[in-house]
Order: sequence, then structure tokens, then C-alpha cells
Amino acid sequence: MIKHLLSAADLDAAAATLVLDTAAEMASLAGREVKKLPALRGRTVVNLFYEDSTRTRISFEAAAKRLSADVINFSAKGSSVSKGESLKDTALTLQAMGADAVVIRHPASGAPHRLANWVEGSVVNAGDGTHEHPTQALLDAYTMRSRLKRLAGLNVAIVGDVLHSRVARSNVQLLHTLGAKVTLVAPPTLLPVGVGAWPAATSYDLDAVVPDSDVVMMLRVQRERMNQAYFPSEREYARRYGFDVPRMRRLPEHAIVMHPGPMNRGMEIAPEVADSPRSTIVEQVANGVSVRMAVLYLLLGGKA
Amino acid sequence: MITNLGEITVEDGVIVSINPDKKGPKIALPGLVDLHTHLREPGREDAETVESGSRAAALGGYTAVCAMANTSPVADTAGVVEQVWRLGREAGLVDVQPIGAVTVGLGGEQLAELGAMADSAARVRVFSDDGHCVSDPRLMRRALEYVKAFDGVIAQHAEEPRLTTGAQMNEGEVAARLGLVGWPAVAEEAIIARDVLLAGHVGARLHICHVSTAGSVELIRWAKSKGWRVTAEVTPHHLLLTEDLAVDYDPVYKVNPPLRTEADVLALRKGLQDGTIDCVATDHAPHSVEDKECEWAYARPGMLGLETALAIVVQTMGPQWDRIADWMSVAPAKIAGLTGHGHALQPGQPANITIFDPDVRWTVDPTALASRSRNTPYAGMELRGRVEATYLRGEPTVLNGKATR
Repeated sequence: MIKHLLSAADLDAAAATLVLDTAAEMASLAGREVKKLPALRGRTVVNLFYEDSTRTRISFEAAAKRLSADVINFSAKGSSVSKGESLKDTALTLQAMGADAVVIRHPASGAPHRLANWVEGSVVNAGDGTHEHPTQALLDAYTMRSRLKRLAGLNVAIVGDVLHSRVARSNVQLLHTLGAKVTLVAPPTLLPVGVGAWPAATSYDLDAVVPDSDVVMMLRVQRERMNQAYFPSEREYARRYGFDVPRMRRLPEHAIVMHPGPMNRGMEIAPEVADSPRSTIVEQVANGVSVRMAVLYLLLGGKA
Repeated sequence: MITNLGEITVEDGVIVSINPDKKGPKIALPGLVDLHTHLREPGREDAETVESGSRAAALGGYTAVCAMANTSPVADTAGVVEQVWRLGREAGLVDVQPIGAVTVGLGGEQLAELGAMADSAARVRVFSDDGHCVSDPRLMRRALEYVKAFDGVIAQHAEEPRLTTGAQMNEGEVAARLGLVGWPAVAEEAIIARDVLLAGHVGARLHICHVSTAGSVELIRWAKSKGWRVTAEVTPHHLLLTEDLAVDYDPVYKVNPPLRTEADVLALRKGLQDGTIDCVATDHAPHSVEDKECEWAYARPGMLGLETALAIVVQTMGPQWDRIADWMSVAPAKIAGLTGHGHALQPGQPANITIFDPDVRWTVDPTALASRSRNTPYAGMELRGRVEATYLRGEPTVLNGKATR
């Protein structure tokens, strides 16, 4: 197994499949009365969060605790970080405390790569700027595989603000590795220059892509993008790229709708879609814990 | 006092004779002139001082450097440029020629007192807001016109700020993958297109700093074909390095303008070779460790360059010694109006001389550089050729590869 999980591209097909299979075993624990495994007893996992993300942090925290690891939550707010301590000095502090793994969420792309130079333990990227969020991609792949029983050959549409999305970048890498076919759907302003080099097709027309999609993954669109002229208005965005009931009706019977959360209901996704049986949004959250357990377990050398 | 430097004989700071029969394997070049150096003093003496930067320059074979204006306080008054000029004289290792800011505080809103700086002891002729673009077209036009009164030149950092908000690296495939905000080539090219038209319109001199894209080379070639008074520089790093170096997010490779693509590198070399680009300038930009050992987005842009420039130019352009003398001494001295520098090595000329050993191989060790900073992109790289000696008006500033003071 690899030492760090910085990018979804760090995983080849065998390693990615091992994570998903391990996550399935972890998930079987959730039905038991005692949800804890002793696998990481005596190991220390630090959650180093430079951005507010309660969802991701508690998901990692629950994952580490179910593996019996000691968990330290290090939040940028109210800590030495807010007093201007550098990432390197923080890293050396965590190193001195004997962190076996550092889970880092950071607003700057590449911060986990820098951190990996300065700590001896494993680094897990829990979302860095507009770069990647590999455990999100793993939990998304896990959810697709659970629902649709395969990944190879699936048509996956990823819709919305691809330009600023770490979820999209990690999903494109991982789904390509696992044999799915990805189409990125967005207004041209929200696709990066250079997207042509990605292992994915692109489209500006959501309606053209929907009928052939097995999976539609909606990305969160931040309202402030409107002020930066990426699109003219929320209403126009919702009309052209929002996932509404008429679009849902044109999906194949088996297709699912995903969203990494938190959602802007009425913007990129209609409430009726979010709450429909096709929606996997709540499952994604539950699967997140299993997948993160698998990642920590495998990175820290746990034995199956 | 008479000194013999191989084939060259120097007396009282002037070359008195040259005997080609005594020419050895080492290369004598007119003392190098850097049009674009950040010496950081006053304000960031932790990163570089006039003295430490002068020593780095001498070790790189330079006898004159033009010190950029983005110090703290900004070099936008006669007082600050005279301070930098005086510090350079006190260090005595190279001639330090201050560049004056175009606008007050580099703010881009009001012209600095360009005439006062021109008339000062520092005799400023090059004006630049480097680090910032003079983006307001009316202000740029006025600046170009105004400095005609004293044969000044505006050195433009060509970057349309509305196209580079938050930009981190070249916009393209690598930036898309790394999730770093792109700095598009068009942001440089749009300003160059506008400014060459303005310079042509008002008949003024324009110098374009650190040209980094193939499109910029084409625009400058076109402007020169019109007969407009446009000159341009390229940095050694843009002649060698490409954007792919950003993949590990090590900010030592973060620079403004950013490293571009292989196609851009080849176009820049061709532009330098065919005379579209006039000279090589280092954009030597020292930064403290804490400004580079951090997240990419939080790091300051810039790279060291003075001590490695000549070897990098030889590596990328080949041992074309006459052309290299032109690119790194004659042309920049002429653009900057440094009449005591940039002369072919001939009897009667000031003995500003660089002796370069083209065969010695050395490995760049950041801790062994004379600069106070460590941010060289060439750490660990083996370079071929090194400055053995530098003479400023006949006085050795470097001997046997070591600074004399």
C-alpha cells in the first residue's frame, strides 16, 4: 500500500479496489452492536483542519475511533495557526507528538504535498483548495458500486463548477482508473483551460448527456461565482445546469443522482430530486465513514 | 598599475592592449550588466541587502546591476534612489543603478516624480513598477511620453491584473490538474500589444520585462518591424525551466511571470537568437525561507538568478560568446544608459571584464551562494562553466571564483 493519499491518482486499479473491498468489510461492522475494531489501538490520528468542514472532520473522526485510534482534532481556529504559525512549524509539532497519520483539510491546493515533506507519518488529503478530495471520490465510487454493482463501463456525468471542484478532479482520476466513462458538464466558464488533457469527455449541454447517464453527480455551485461573471444569474444557471424533475424523468430507470454536499437546494439540485429514491446523498455520508476507515486502516498497515 | 589578464592588459582601470596570441581556454567578456535585479534594501534586508546582492552579482560576472524599485519604502523619490545608489557605491562590488518607480508607491494611480529621480545623483533613466503592471492605459501613455524629456524608458511588467486575480502558475493543463489558478499567456500579451501601440503612437521608448510567452515574442517582432522603439528581456529561468516543475507544489518554482511550456521556452530562445529579444536579465528575486517554505499559494513569487545566469545562458543558447556579450552586457547597458558599461573589450575602454571558465563543472548548492536567500531553482543541478574573475574598472571584485571583499 502507498504511504500517503494525496491524490486519487496515487491509487492504481488494484489499490483502489482493495480500498473499496476493505470499506465493504468495514461497513458490515456498522450493523453490529459493538462498532469498534482494535486495529489501530495505540496509534494516533490527527485531524488538521484549516477550513471549517464539520461533515468531513466528524467522518474521519468516527472512522479513526471505530478503529480504536487516538484522535486529536487540530482546528485552525483558536489554535497557534490563527496566531500565524506556519504549516511547517505545525507539522513539526505534530511530528513531535508522534502522529501516525495526519488528515489535512486546507484551502491551498497542494498543502498536503508540502506537509508530506515535513512529517514522518502518513498524510491523508481531506480536501485541498481546488485540487483534490480523494476520500470523497472513493466514497462516491463505493456508493456507485453498491447501487449499480459495477464501475467499469458506467457513464458518469459530473455536472457543475468543475473549475473550482476538488471533488471533480478526484472523481475524474479515480473513475478513469476503475474503468468508468466520465463526462464533465458545465458552462464553458466553469471548465478549466486544459481540461482536454483529462481522461474525461466534456459537454456544455446537460440535456444531451442525461439520457445516457448511469450516474449524475451534481457539484455544489457557490453563489459568489455569479459576481465573478462565471454565469449571469442563479436562475439562468439553475435552468441550464440544475438537476430538476423533468431532467430526472429522462434518466434511465436504474440511474442514480449524487451530490457531495452540502447542497444548494433549488440551485444545482431541485428538492424533489434530492429527496427522491434515486438520490444517494444520505448513503454517501454513511459510506464516507466506511471508506475512511479503510483508508486509515490500509495506510497505517493494519492487517486484514 | 598594470595588470595582465591573459590576453588583456589593464592600466589605471582602462584596457591598454589586447594580445590575441595569449588567448587561453578561458573566455573574456565585457562585464555583465543586469537590467532587472531585486536587491530588497531598503525594507527586506533579511532576504538581501545591496551588499549581499552586489556580491552575488560580482560572483555571477556582473559589473553593473539595475536595482528594481519595489523596496520598502518604494524607490519612488529622489531620496530613496539616492540611498540605494549610495549603498551600492559603499559596497563597491558592482555599479548599482537604481530603477525608479513609475507611480507613487507602485500604486498605479499617480506618476512618481520621475524628473526628480532623473536629476538626482542616481541619474535614473529606467522606470518600472515591476511586480505590478502599469495597467491604466492613460497613465502608461503619460509615463511613456513624460520620460522622453530625459531619454528615459518605461520597463513594463506586462500583466493585465484583471486576468490574473489570484493567479498561481501558467494557465493550462498542469494548472488545471493541480487546481492552481491560471496565469494566462494572454494577460501578458494583451498588455504588450497595447503598450507597443502606445509607444509607437507617442514615439517613446518601451522596454518589456521578462517576456515569457511565444505570443509575446511574435508581438515584439511585429512592433520592431514597425520601427518602434521597443526592447525586451528574457530571464535565464524562462529560457530553461517549464511549468511541469510545479507538480510537487514546491514554491521555489513559483515566479511571476510563471514558468511556461516547452513551446514557449523554444520560442523565447529563437526570439533571443534572432534579435527580437534584446537581452537576458535575471529578475534575481531573493525571498526569505519563510516566504518559500510554505503552501504554494502563500509563497512569494521569484527566484535567485545572479550567480547562475551566465552558465544557464551558455547551456541554453550555446557558446556563442559574441552574442552572449551582446545579450548580457552591450544591449542591457545601452537600454539602461550605462555609458561606462557594455563596451567591447578594446584598448581605451573601461576595464569591466568577466573571465569565464567554460569547462569547470559545479553543482549548485543554495547554502554556498552569496545571496542571503536560498531560493534558487537550480539546487542540486550540475552546471557547466563558472565565473573565475570579475574586474570593475580594473579592480578585481572576484578572483579564483571568490569575492575579493
